[in-house]
Amino acid sequence: MPAYDEIFEKVQSTLVDALGVDEDDVNRESTLQGDLGAESIDFLDIVFRLERNFGIKIPRGELFPENLVADPEWIADGKLTSKGVSELKARLPFADLSKFEADPDVEKMGDLYTVDMLVQYVQSKLAA
Amino acid sequence: MRWIWIDKFTEFRSGQFARAIKNLTLAEEHLHDHFPGYPVMPASLIIEGLAQTGGILVGEAGEFAQKVVLAKIPRAEFFGVACAGDQLTYEVTLTDLRAEGAVVDAKAFLDGELLCDSEIVFAHLDNTRANQIFGPKNFVFTQQLLGVLDLAKAQQRAKELDAGAGADGEANGPPAASPAE
Repeated sequence: MPAYDEIFEKVQSTLVDALGVDEDDVNRESTLQGDLGAESIDFLDIVFRLERNFGIKIPRGELFPENLVADPEWIADGKLTSKGVSELKARLPFADLSKFEADPDVEKMGDLYTVDMLVQYVQSKLAA
Repeated sequence: MRWIWIDKFTEFRSGQFARAIKNLTLAEEHLHDHFPGYPVMPASLIIEGLAQTGGILVGEAGEFAQKVVLAKIPRAEFFGVACAGDQLTYEVTLTDLRAEGAVVDAKAFLDGELLCDSEIVFAHLDNTRANQIFGPKNFVFTQQLLGVLDLAKAQQRAKELDAGAGADGEANGPPAASPAE
């Protein structure tokens, strides 16, 4: 199975093609939306490219769930409740929620989609 | 003006490939503005023609049950211009198709030379939401637009009948081989 760095490099070039960003801008911690300017439609493009570049199948909603907060009761005062956070963890198993947990502002949920999350997801698919 | 930027399909292989042509004529108003004295087909309308060719290819693959919309053009390169009197050939290959959308490789040729090389991403609108907003009617695949494909099918049937090779069963199927059947 390819090492993390090898997968990272391929994910990096995938994002360069999909988002028109410079290779140097794509770091492990880069957020897809905030740092790399991805819009919702780019997620579909990224899924297509990851499938093609890695020869994997990505079932609908597995990498980018369509409705992250499926239950409005997971939110209170603009923040995710502890139940909401644990549901989110289950839906985004490869996202690093450590910072988010400290301030689970729903506006910041987009920052959970990072380059590292993609690499880890691909790694898990290749290992399967 | 009708928003149809292809004139005819010359080849249509369901779920795989489509070739269409677009004739440029001074009867088209936009060529007089783009540019006065030098009628050049706008690059954006070449992309639209490629997207219509690809959109029908994607739509037909799903029996036109989905509303297929142009979502993104990740790449488009132009290597020349086409003027009034020219005939453009659009070649579109379906490279990926999934429940959420599709990707096509789309090229335009002029006199056999590559004029435009692009990649187009289509999205399938969520029918539940799209129906709430737009109603059940498929506003993407209007009868006007699909008329181009229907004409190609009809011409192919006529040709087969002329050749004495027309068979009822085959005549009703989607276009599968060159030209347009």
